[in-house]
Amino acid sequence: MFVAATLAILITMGLALTRALMGPTVYDRIAAVNMFGTKTVLLIAVFAFLSERTDLLDIAIVYALINFIGVVAVLRLVEHGDFHSSGETVKKSTKVDSE
Amino acid sequence: MTIDILSWVFLVSGGLLGVIGGIGIHRFPDFYSRLHAAGTTDTLCAIFILLGLGLQAGLSLEAFKLFLIFVFLFFTSPTASHALANAAMHGGLKPKLDESNSEAKL
Amino acid sequence: MKALSFAVLLFIFWILLSGHFTPLLLCLGVASVALTVFIATRMKVIDHESYPIHISLKLPAFFVYIMREIVKANIDVIKRILKSGGKTISPQLVEIPVPQKTDLGRVMYANSITLTPGTVSVELDEDKVMVHALTKEGADDLLSGDMAKAIPDEVANK
Repeated sequence: MFVAATLAILITMGLALTRALMGPTVYDRIAAVNMFGTKTVLLIAVFAFLSERTDLLDIAIVYALINFIGVVAVLRLVEHGDFHSSGETVKKSTKVDSE
Repeated sequence: MTIDILSWVFLVSGGLLGVIGGIGIHRFPDFYSRLHAAGTTDTLCAIFILLGLGLQAGLSLEAFKLFLIFVFLFFTSPTASHALANAAMHGGLKPKLDESNSEAKL
Repeated sequence: MKALSFAVLLFIFWILLSGHFTPLLLCLGVASVALTVFIATRMKVIDHESYPIHISLKLPAFFVYIMREIVKANIDVIKRILKSGGKTISPQLVEIPVPQKTDLGRVMYANSITLTPGTVSVELDEDKVMVHALTKEGADDLLSGDMAKAIPDEVANK
């Protein structure tokens, strides 16, 4: 039964990956990658039970947190152009851009 | 035995929900509606699969770890969705709105 | 007081994660908890907002409510994904008033909106939140304000 769940998750990951490759806008791609990451967490959890190595669950926990931080970091990069700008300089730079 | 059947049902329906969500992100027309389809897979699909695994684990350390994964997903997935939608809105991506409006535009 | 209960919680968390009970590892666990609490107090992040123990009694009822909403919304979205033919969705951009007074309550409301599939909060302001809804029904549901009543909200008693 774990095999069935693993296969279903893999199909979902494949669909998310095609959307990430096709995605017309960059936000589509990030959303697809976020979904891909969530499914990876589930895949690791299912695989831990499939291979009866439940230590892998720790890795799933860590992956769940890293995935979130990664998505937010990539979003920041896309939105602001760099990682280190604070809120105020961002407003200035976007104003300059629009002018 | 009943627990096995129950966890089977949860795992398979969770997997099915995931695949349906995956189909959804291909069928929906614009970014914002795709976000809803991705949200489906983030919530109920994850809940079902983790529930199915938790039934297999029983009352043990593994069950607690599965619960932790669930809690983290429960907190991070809406935050990530909101951050995505917010960034897209600030990035100037216009959502395709109500069908009557879009028809008028077309 | 808060730091102490925070430390106890962290240590329980640590034991549940590690599952080892040898003296050396327990000592290391105590040391890491002490370091974490020390850094957290130094950064002054253990306050009313980041450590909301005052609403924890109301959380189970809220949890049951949000689970029911998630299941209902999921079924609706899945039906719309699988329905063939064009007009299955009617995306809306609506502004929903936020009655919550505290920041924590507002964030919980916005997150609950996003957590139920079919509605995503796009922009959160002081007293209103902009929501992208997949369907007109979903937008109307939110406008009726049922979800806002279910969010636990307590004004910080400072």
